[in-house]
Amino acid sequence: MEEARRVISVIVINEASVLSRISGLFSGRGYNIDSLTVAPIPDSKYSRITIVTAGSVRVIEQIIKQLHKLIPVLKVYEHADLVEKEMAMVKIPLNESLSDIEALAHAYNGRIVNVGHDTLIVMVADEPSRVGHFLEAIKRFHPKEIVRSGSVALER
Amino acid sequence: MQISGAQMVIEALIAEEVEVVFGYPGGAIMNVYDEIYKQNSFQHVLTRHEQAAVHAAEGYSKASGKVGVAMITSGPGFTNAITGIADAYMDSIPLVVISGQVPMSLIGTDAFQEIDAVGISRPCTKHNYLVTDASDLARVLKEAFYLARSGRPGPVHVDIPKDVTAQIANFDYSKEIELETYKPTIKGNSRQIKKAIEAITAAKRPLLYLGGGIINANAAELVREFSKMTQIPAVETFMARGTLHHEDPLLISMLGMHGSYAANMAMSETDLVIGLGARFDDRVTGKLSEFAKNAQIIHVDIDPASISKLVNAHFPIVGDVKNVLEMMMPLAKEQIDPSRYDAWHKTIANFNKLHPLSYTEEGDRIKPQWVVERIGQLLGDDANISTDVGQHQMWTAQFYPFSRPRQWISSGGLGTMGFGFPAALGVKRADPKRVSINITGDGSILMNIQELMTAVEYKLPVINVILNNNFLGMVRQWQTMFYDKRHSQTDLSIQPDFVKLAESFGGIGYRVSTKEEFDAALKDAVEKDVVAIIDVAVNRFENVLPMVPAGGSLFNMMLEYKEK
Repeated sequence: MEEARRVISVIVINEASVLSRISGLFSGRGYNIDSLTVAPIPDSKYSRITIVTAGSVRVIEQIIKQLHKLIPVLKVYEHADLVEKEMAMVKIPLNESLSDIEALAHAYNGRIVNVGHDTLIVMVADEPSRVGHFLEAIKRFHPKEIVRSGSVALER
Repeated sequence: MQISGAQMVIEALIAEEVEVVFGYPGGAIMNVYDEIYKQNSFQHVLTRHEQAAVHAAEGYSKASGKVGVAMITSGPGFTNAITGIADAYMDSIPLVVISGQVPMSLIGTDAFQEIDAVGISRPCTKHNYLVTDASDLARVLKEAFYLARSGRPGPVHVDIPKDVTAQIANFDYSKEIELETYKPTIKGNSRQIKKAIEAITAAKRPLLYLGGGIINANAAELVREFSKMTQIPAVETFMARGTLHHEDPLLISMLGMHGSYAANMAMSETDLVIGLGARFDDRVTGKLSEFAKNAQIIHVDIDPASISKLVNAHFPIVGDVKNVLEMMMPLAKEQIDPSRYDAWHKTIANFNKLHPLSYTEEGDRIKPQWVVERIGQLLGDDANISTDVGQHQMWTAQFYPFSRPRQWISSGGLGTMGFGFPAALGVKRADPKRVSINITGDGSILMNIQELMTAVEYKLPVINVILNNNFLGMVRQWQTMFYDKRHSQTDLSIQPDFVKLAESFGGIGYRVSTKEEFDAALKDAVEKDVVAIIDVAVNRFENVLPMVPAGGSLFNMMLEYKEK
C-alpha cells in the first residue's frame, strides 16, 4: 500500500506517562515517528502533541483509533488542509559573510539571532520542505551545528 | 477520613464489594498485606505463583461477570503476573491488578526487586497508574474499577510504592468519577441500525457471527431471542461458545481454523455477515481477501478500533451489543420475514450432513474427542469447563455441549498454556455449586501444577482431566503436517506419575486407559470433595480436524489427514 506523509495532532491530559503511551503505540507496531512536538496548551490542563509520520491509509486509521482509545487522550486530528511550520537553528563560524547569511535567512523567514565570540546562530521558521531547502543552502557557510524542531500544525 | 495508603486499598476493595483477592505477598506490598490480615470483609486466596493469581482472577471474573482482583509484590512478583495481565488484555477480561513498588526515593536506582512495572504493563493493560501520593489513591482505585468494567473491559494495573502505602492522607471514596477524556459509546447510532435492518431484509443468506463481546455484555439471552425471531443461522467464535444452546437448530457451530465445515462454508457463502462483538481475528478469517467474499458486513462492537481493522465494515455500529440489539429488536420484528431464509437453511443443513464434526474410533486407545463428549454427557450443564491451550482446547471447543454463557473459560487471544488450572480455581470460587473441570494436556498442566496446593488449602476441588498423548500435541500436529514429521522438542514421553503427584499435594489421582475407567474416575472425582487429576491415556497421533492451514481460505479445509 502507498505510504504517505501524515501529520496528526493529539490533545492529551498533561500528565507523566502520556508521551510514552503515545510513542508506544508507534514503536510496538514498528512504525517510525519522523518528528514529534509537545507543549502545554496555555491556560488548560492539556498538552498538544504534533506527530509527523508516514503510513498507508489503513495503518494511519488504525493508529488514530488506537490513540483515541488511550484514556488520557481528548482529541485526535489527522490534518488534511493545514498550516504547518517548523524551525531550525544553525551555528556558523564568524569568518563567513554576515550579510550573505542574513540575506539567506531572510528568504526563509529567519534572521541572525546571536553573535558570539567566534560563532553566530541563525534561525529560520517555515514550512518543513522550505526548512529543508534552507539547510541545504546554508551548507556553503560551513555550519558547525544544526538543530531542527518538529512540526507544529493548525487546520486552516 | 485520615488513613494510610495500605488501609485505603482495603477500604476501596470493600467499597467495590470485592469478595475475593487472589495474590502473593512480598516486600514492597507488605503494608497492604498487614491490613489484609486485620480485616474480615473479603477472602485472600494465596496462589503458589503470581501468574496463577492473575489467571485465577480471570477465571473468577469470566464465571461471575464481576471484576477480578489480583495482588502481587514488585519486581519478580510483578513480572510473573504479566502473562496473566496480557492474557486478560487479549480476551477483554475486567481485572484490577495491584502491585507493590519500591519506595519513591529508590525508584530509578536499580533497587532490590525494582522494575519499571508501569513501563512493562503499558502495552498490555487498558490503563495503568503509578501512584505517587496516597491522596490520589481513592480516585485512582475508583477509576481503575470503572475503567476495567466499562466500555470494552480489560485489565487495569495500579502500581503503589511502599512509602505511599505507609503515607497517611485523606480518603474519600464517595467522589464521582470525572474522566472527561473517556466516554465509551454505549448506545448505537439509530440511523446505522435502521440501515443494518434494511440490509438484513434484503439479504438472502444472512449469517450471525457471534463473538465473545456478547458474553461480556451479558447479551446472550437477547441474541437467542433475536436469532429465534428472525430465523437467521449463527456461527460462534471460540470466545462465544455457549452463547446459543448446543441444541439450538440455528447454531451451526464454531468457525475458523478448527471450525466445522458447515460453519466455515456458511461464512464463505453468506451474503450478509452480522458481526456481534467479534473482532475478525486471524484464526477466524483465514486468508483475509477470501473471507466472506460475497458478503456485506454489519459490525457491532463497543470498540471503534475493532471495526474495519481487518475486514471493511459496510454498516459499522459502535455500541454495547446488548443496547444495539435492544434497539434492533422492534425493527426486526416489524420488517424481517423469518421464512425468507428457508433455502439458506437447506443449504446449511446440507453442509452439516456432508461433513459433520466427527472422529473415528480405532484401536484400544481412547480418542481424546470421546473424553470431551463423555464429560458433556455425564455433566453437561452442571459443569463449568476451563481449558489450557493446545489440541485438547480445540477438541473441547468443538465437542463440548455448551448450554449457557460463562460456562466456557479458555485463553483465546494470547493462547496461554498454564491458564486452565488456576482459572478453574477462580471459576470454582465464583460458582461453587457447579463442578469445575479443567480439560488440559500433558504439556499445559505442568505449567501451573503448583496450584494443586492452592486447591487443597482453599478446598477448591477442581477436576483436571489430562488428555495425555505424551506429546506437545498441537505443535506435533503442525510438525507432522508442515515440517515433514520432524518432531522437534515435542515428545513428552518423560512424564511424572500424575497420580502420585496429585496425592503428594493431598489431592486425588486416577490413571485411566479405558472408557469404563474414565466413567468411574469422573464419577468418583465429582463425589470426592478434593482436587483431582484424571490422567487419560489417549491416542497419540490424533489430529485436530477440520483445519484451515494458517493463511489459507476458510472454504479450503483439510477435512482429513492421511499420514504419509
